[in-house]
Amino acid sequence: MDEVTADDLARERFFADVPDRHRAVLAPTARAVVVPDGHRFFEEGGRAEWFWLVRSGTVALDLQVPGRGAVVVETLPAGSVVGWSWLFPPHRWRFGAVAVGPVTAHRFEGPRVRELCAADPALGYDLALRFGAVMLDRLEATRVRVLDLYARPEQVP
Amino acid sequence: MTGARSPVAPVPYRVVGRREETADTVTLVLEPAGPSIPEPAPGQFTMMYAFGVGEVPISVSRTGRVLEQTVRAVGPVTRALCATRRGQVLGLRGPFGTGWALEAARGRDLVFAAGGIGLAPLRPAVLRALDEGAAFGRVAVLIGARTPADLPFAGELDEWRRRGAQVEVTVDRPGPGWTGHVGLITALAGAADIDPAGAAAFVCGPEIMMRLTAEALTGLGMDPGAVRLSMERNMHCGVGWCGHCQLGPLLICRDGPVVPYERAVPLMTVREL
Ligand SMILES: Cc1cc2nc3c(=O)[nH]c(=O)nc-3n(C[C@H](O)[C@H](O)[C@H](O)COP(=O)(O)OP(=O)(O)OC[C@H]3O[C@@H](n4cnc5c(N)ncnc54)[C@H](O)[C@@H]3O)c2cc1C
Ligand code: FES
Repeated sequence: MDEVTADDLARERFFADVPDRHRAVLAPTARAVVVPDGHRFFEEGGRAEWFWLVRSGTVALDLQVPGRGAVVVETLPAGSVVGWSWLFPPHRWRFGAVAVGPVTAHRFEGPRVRELCAADPALGYDLALRFGAVMLDRLEATRVRVLDLYARPEQVP
Repeated sequence: MTGARSPVAPVPYRVVGRREETADTVTLVLEPAGPSIPEPAPGQFTMMYAFGVGEVPISVSRTGRVLEQTVRAVGPVTRALCATRRGQVLGLRGPFGTGWALEAARGRDLVFAAGGIGLAPLRPAVLRALDEGAAFGRVAVLIGARTPADLPFAGELDEWRRRGAQVEVTVDRPGPGWTGHVGLITALAGAADIDPAGAAAFVCGPEIMMRLTAEALTGLGMDPGAVRLSMERNMHCGVGWCGHCQLGPLLICRDGPVVPYERAVPLMTVREL
């Protein structure tokens, strides 16, 4: 596992326009990780203590469905943030996440980031807005998928 | 095309090949049974006539004297077209419409974004871009489909990859054994290996998909003027006479189906036009 610098974060779209001083305090909470195909980042229900910024590869979010096993609900490509359950009580994962092929990522320590946010409301607000934007994107994408876009009108109940 | 054939008279074409793309979608290979229509440009459509049933606009999915059209069976006319067998004759009028205007994108990276059967009108432009590889930068083809089984042209995507295109497919509902992307096509926009600032995009699919994809691409820094969409409206005459295909100030048969994003979006968000 390698250290991550503020400059490393500046190269990621998610952190691109974050003030330098925020990147400087966040970088020490992150480590560069390389995981193999099939690595499970977390299981539904487990304690949510991390989040990841995917640098290459793909991460699949899944749900365990009785009788069907792990059903993939969404895949997250490079540039995506994986995990926000660390931010909100009760800090338990709502989905599982698994690497589809080898993945490189920056892994952040959720509890430490929460402490930093509590100590510096400007950082907290900035990060909350960024995670809010990611959640909004995913919510909108989910809503559009519920519309069953590619169905013929008469196929949609 | 011979002499002064009327634009409203169908030209007979024989079905010389037929491929089932998905459970409800068929590609017909069509050869002129006599004189031909002028060679279509990528993105243009014809009015396809199933004799005795009716006529509908269908995009050309491979251009040339012998051409291909890919039809999804949704109603009486498209069902009749999909049911035509080798050797049978149907009628074509056209080609109509603006086309993708690929020439204007020379020297740029290209993004093709397709929702479901929206890949059909994009296919001739993808093939042209691959044929003339040196004329363009990188080529990314992003495809969203309902399920893996609903993916048209699945059998040739590896060939596109081999010829240098980045082809990414995402599905709403993965079936057993699917190891590719799952989710909305907008998530693929960021995965396209192109330089957004200098790229041109060609988008075809359901209107909401086109709007969100265009937003995602411009959000990455693509110039809205470099994004083109293909709009569908009910058509009747195909030649700007009847007004059936009106979208605000546009007649889609004449001013479209390919329209610049900036022109299309204000019209797409109006509930009734
Ligand atoms: C410029 C242009 C290019 C087109 N290119 C293609 C193409 O390459 N391949 C292709 O299969 N279709 C294409 N279409 C759509 C095609 O013209 C329609 O599907 C066709 O007109 C339906 O006619 P129908 O008589 O079979 O069905 P209708 O009786 O008119 O419709 C039956 C049912 O299908 C629904 N329906 C109609 N059109 C669509 C649609 N496009 N998508 C989903 N549901 C629909 C109707 O709402 C209705 O519920 C294109 C349309 C335009 C305007
Ligand atoms: S279809 Fe008649 S005006 Fe366009």
